[in-house]
Amino acid sequence: MPATATTTGIPVSIRGLRKSFGGEPVLQGLDLDVKAGEIFALMGPSGSGKSVFLRHLIGLETPDAGEIRVGGELISAEGIGDRIRMAMVFQSGGLLNSLTVAENVGLYLSEHRLKSPAEIERIVLEKLAVVELGPEDAAKYPAELSGGMKKRVAIARALVIEPQLILFDEPTSELDPLVALTIGREILNLNASIGATTLLVTHDRDLAFGIADRIGFLLEGEIVALGTPEEIRVHPHPLLQRFLKAEFR
Amino acid sequence: MFRNLGELVLLFAATLRALPRVWQERRKVAEQLFDIGNASLFMACLLSLFIGGVLSLQVGPVLVERGLGSALGGLVALSMCKELAPVMMSVLIAGRIGSAMAAELGSMRVYQEIDALRTLNLNPIYFLVLPRVVAISIALPCLVIFSNLVGWLGGALVALHNDRIAVSWTAFFTDLQQQVEFGDIANGLIKSFVFAVTIGVVSCHQGLATIGGPRGIGRSVTKAVVNSFVLILIMDYVLTRLLLPFDNGWAI
Ligand SMILES: Nc1ncnc2c1ncn2[C@@H]1O[C@H](COP(=O)(O)OP(=O)(O)OP(=O)(O)O)[C@@H](O)[C@H]1O
Ligand SMILES: [Mg+2]
Repeated sequence: MPATATTTGIPVSIRGLRKSFGGEPVLQGLDLDVKAGEIFALMGPSGSGKSVFLRHLIGLETPDAGEIRVGGELISAEGIGDRIRMAMVFQSGGLLNSLTVAENVGLYLSEHRLKSPAEIERIVLEKLAVVELGPEDAAKYPAELSGGMKKRVAIARALVIEPQLILFDEPTSELDPLVALTIGREILNLNASIGATTLLVTHDRDLAFGIADRIGFLLEGEIVALGTPEEIRVHPHPLLQRFLKAEFR
Repeated sequence: MFRNLGELVLLFAATLRALPRVWQERRKVAEQLFDIGNASLFMACLLSLFIGGVLSLQVGPVLVERGLGSALGGLVALSMCKELAPVMMSVLIAGRIGSAMAAELGSMRVYQEIDALRTLNLNPIYFLVLPRVVAISIALPCLVIFSNLVGWLGGALVALHNDRIAVSWTAFFTDLQQQVEFGDIANGLIKSFVFAVTIGVVSCHQGLATIGGPRGIGRSVTKAVVNSFVLILIMDYVLTRLLLPFDNGWAI
């Protein structure tokens, strides 16, 4: 781990968050506190607003009402990105298609001129190795990758930032179970090594119950259940229970 | 279109404010310049040759009939450098480069690449808009100079070889030299620079404002090109009118 790995996670606090699109409410007065260094998993049915919620946390959406603080600062504050290192892994990766895998992963360092090109190359290969991608993949373009590989590149790109707050939108969708396991372990590692506050949105029950400190269940724009995995497992909310117990046979 | 005018002005202002960063982004500017040159130089050449030629063909016989054949060079050259080269090259660049910019930024918007840039604390204005607007503003005036030269050549060739005109090479270029002043060329370059900034800002704005998935990209491209054309033609009149008082005053 590089020398900068002394950072610690930051707390996130959300108060009365509301957002609607074209009169259609998506988030309806959401309150949530995520502690510094915590791994928090948000679950909920498809279309319940999980992605929209994450986008608010990193300032990609402006709330209709309510406030979001990361590390005590309003997310809308001028230049917050220069003071707090945050990263987000998008549901579909969000890689820049005009750049190679290596350029994508090193983009943060090269554009902000934080490291020399040789060092960037070293860090990029190191982070790619973490997500089980080799040097031969580094020269490829995103169009040449499978969905799961794109996701892993996106994770590597987020790791490079050494974020204090990291947001994952469905980190294990499109991944085979073994890679999903690796990614889950890597999220744990990252959390343990640099103490990044980790918020993940997922349908993957194994992942959520396997690594999260706390789990929230989002339904119709509100968090209807919140607690440790053990508490959530026995939570009385009927839809939550159906969600957790759904099996083919 | 006019609802967007406010947003356009804002994007223009933001680009202006980003201008001090241009040296840092010089590699991206160079890449864009290379792309623009690659995509448009041949077309510009072909277009200019024929524009110059057709100018000669239209006015040559009329002038020669009235015994004014010696004035052909100046006429063709002035029309070319004050009006046709700036406007036609701008139209070419709007169609060829503006559309590509709108499509590229539009797809970046739709596929969340712009969002990803923002999460990496990279400003899309610095990263995407500034290099494009700067590159197009450098490239278009250069293309216009090039277009002038090729257009004059086209005019002279037609004047020489058409039987009803038959104005010699020397006569054509002697008159051109006497008639065309530095100010006339500068006039066209100023216009083309303004058009270039317009094309760049309009195309980037349409690209960034893309909504509604892949179909939205097509809409953005069309709007970028159409809005650029309309603005170019309107501003052409306004600029010509504004530059009129300087018409003879530039002479050195
Ligand atoms: N930019 C937008 N414009 C209009 N509506 C939107 C926009 N973004 C999201 N929505 C709407 O908000 C709702 C929540 O979307 P969101 O993407 O957050 O769902 P999700 O919980 O992440 O679902 P999934 O699990 O399928 O990813 C959806 O009904 C969607 O149509
Ligand atoms: Mg989602």
